[in-house]
Amino acid sequence: MNSKHLLLGDEALALGAINAGLSGVYAYPGTPSTEITEFIQLNPLARERKLHSHWSANEKTAMEEALGMSFCGKRALVCMKHVGMNVAADGFVNSAFTGANGGLVVVAADDPSMHSSQNEQDSRFYAQFAFIPSLEPSSQQEAYDMMAYAYDFSEKMGLPVLMRMVTRMAHSRGVVKTGEVREQNPVKYPEKTRQWVLMPSNSKVRYKELLADWDKCREASENSPFNTYTDGPDHSKGIIANGIAYNYLMECFPEGCPFPVLKISQYPLPEKLIRRLVDECDSVLVVEEGQPFIEERIKGMLGTPKPIMGKLTGLLPRTGELNPDFVRKALDLPELPREEASQVVMPRPPALCQGCSHRDVYAALNDVLKEYENPKVFGDIGCYTLGWLSPFNAIDTVVDMGASISMAKGAADAGQHPSVAIIGDSTFTHSGMTPLLDAINENNRMVAIISDNLTTGMTGGQDSQGTGKLEDICIGLGADPAHVRTIDALPKLHSELMDLLREEIEYPGLSVVICRRECIQTARRHAAAKAKEAAKK
Amino acid sequence: MKTDIVLAGVGGQGILSIATILGAAALNEDLYIKQAEVHGMSQRGGDVQSNLRISSSPIASDLIPLGGADLIVSLEPMEALRYVQYLKPGGWIVTSTAPFVNIPAYPEMSVIEAELNKWPHTVAFDMEEMAKEVATQRSSNMVLLGAAAPFIDLETEKIEQGIRTVFGAKGEKIVESNLKAFRAGLEFAKSKM
Ligand SMILES: Cc1ncc(C[n+]2csc(CCOP(=O)(O)OP(=O)(O)O)c2C)c(N)n1
Ligand code: SF4
Repeated sequence: MNSKHLLLGDEALALGAINAGLSGVYAYPGTPSTEITEFIQLNPLARERKLHSHWSANEKTAMEEALGMSFCGKRALVCMKHVGMNVAADGFVNSAFTGANGGLVVVAADDPSMHSSQNEQDSRFYAQFAFIPSLEPSSQQEAYDMMAYAYDFSEKMGLPVLMRMVTRMAHSRGVVKTGEVREQNPVKYPEKTRQWVLMPSNSKVRYKELLADWDKCREASENSPFNTYTDGPDHSKGIIANGIAYNYLMECFPEGCPFPVLKISQYPLPEKLIRRLVDECDSVLVVEEGQPFIEERIKGMLGTPKPIMGKLTGLLPRTGELNPDFVRKALDLPELPREEASQVVMPRPPALCQGCSHRDVYAALNDVLKEYENPKVFGDIGCYTLGWLSPFNAIDTVVDMGASISMAKGAADAGQHPSVAIIGDSTFTHSGMTPLLDAINENNRMVAIISDNLTTGMTGGQDSQGTGKLEDICIGLGADPAHVRTIDALPKLHSELMDLLREEIEYPGLSVVICRRECIQTARRHAAAKAKEAAKK
Repeated sequence: MKTDIVLAGVGGQGILSIATILGAAALNEDLYIKQAEVHGMSQRGGDVQSNLRISSSPIASDLIPLGGADLIVSLEPMEALRYVQYLKPGGWIVTSTAPFVNIPAYPEMSVIEAELNKWPHTVAFDMEEMAKEVATQRSSNMVLLGAAAPFIDLETEKIEQGIRTVFGAKGEKIVESNLKAFRAGLEFAKSKM
């Protein structure tokens, strides 16, 4: 079954997992990781094998569901964007203690430069901190090849493996040669049962094992096919480059790099390889995509007087993603001749689509809040975050998924009125239900608006887990049914929506206002699919 | 051979359809390909670009360095100008001239035209107009691809093969309409060279 495909890094990884005998993927959408699960949902072999690929409510549930599949001996995959790691962290860190039975691979897709994220964070720190080995591809082919390797390694070590992607690898296509397709694992329960029960008496024993395993993982890094040492004639400098940064380095030397290069794609850090580079060269340049994880560590690890340069010394930028131009500069190479940038170009920021239902919600909300002195609106993460921009300028805070409701509650506790939360339907079921329970239990004077567009719009329109159930969820949590109110988000209902919002702001307790209309992008796709279906008949 | 292309446009215009066809053509030819796309942010209307690199030898970086691009292909005139610092001296700009105005500060069209005219190697035309004339408006991206074809180190027949591969499933009529659009763009570009 060898063949060639042009695949996104995300797709190469997904296909590698399927061909490595995957039994299920568990994920919550998040750029740049979403395409992994979407690929598995549509892949013919995955469908034939009935691999699990339904979206999870959030990253924590995804992580733990996959751990359950691994417990039963099957190979499982978890995918999330970098900030998803914060949500999944409890399950992730503890999964090192339980260990993996069937191969367990966790994909964290980092987004340096924040192309579509609220922050920059580097998931390698999580892996290091949890004692979980990690891999980081530098090509689409490696993304494919690493999956079979990762599953075998996970089963051999009895540990989960973190696969770190970055946006440019996740969303870049390359040619991938695929290999053999492996069968799925049969059900087989863990041989060591105690470590799956994290009680102090068990975990104390397990922690020591974990530290011993970490040394074995380091040994594996020293001999990894993905960590390569390439000598060069000029030893005035040795270069360490991780994952995709290696590509930018090589781009600068079409005829081959004159300096010794250590490419790092497997962690924990291969100390012996690093030592060799330092011993053989007069100085070290660390070209690193992400935060200066390697640079900081080798400074501590080596205690060498030789200069170690990189992001910490200001030679490479501390924030944002790398590119071939930054690396050229760090190498003291001349710029390529080029055209001058044009001065007439204007920025073109994204905006809510024309006809988006969130527009109608913000229009009415703004008009009502004009009637109050110091209204505060706590926003959340999704397309509706753009309500902060003009023309709406409608929200005061955006932090993380679910924080709209929790912060509105905290503000209400502080005496804020009106205290309004606005949250999307998918974000609500991700992390909004638990803070709503808190607010219900104390009957806080606040309004939680759920702007329900029946989809996870921001990430491309994936099914939203609460569709059709939002009223029941809120009432089930204990909200007063008289103050769980639903209205269509339509321009023609502007004054009705204003009246409804005003009534609920005036109500001295907790209310939920559900504004509903399908995202027009999803609606268009659904209409096209329907038309196609009809044409077939 | 080696061609580095910056594809540009506004979210929703479909720059990736052009990349898909060139990718299919290059894959048929067993060439190396890297194509960095921009995903996420589903909302329409922001600037989007994709770096497409095709070569007969291995390609290191997914991103094209400043001064590395042979060609900018843009579905929108101001978006073409956004990336000129990526062009090699003497590189070509192939762009549609129909502006996509969704920001208050969009420059006067005369300013954009004057700026485009500063580049001696520009092929600029209204792709939608031409597509409507020779085929349908939906094939306007193929008109643009046709106009870019002379600057890409791939034989025209191979690109046409790519169009057949990508649109094949949609039936012969759609393939023919797209080929017609492609050829119209190609002829136009040749007349400007
Ligand atoms: C912890 C975490 N997971 C995932 C994301 C990515 N993400 C941002 S917004 C969003 C979906 C929002 O959907 P919804 O709340 O329904 O709002 P819509 O975009 O449809 O308006 C997702 C998945 C994130 N920012 N943080
Ligand atoms: S993609 Fe959907 S939710 Fe997002 S801005 Fe467009 S219409 Fe609104």
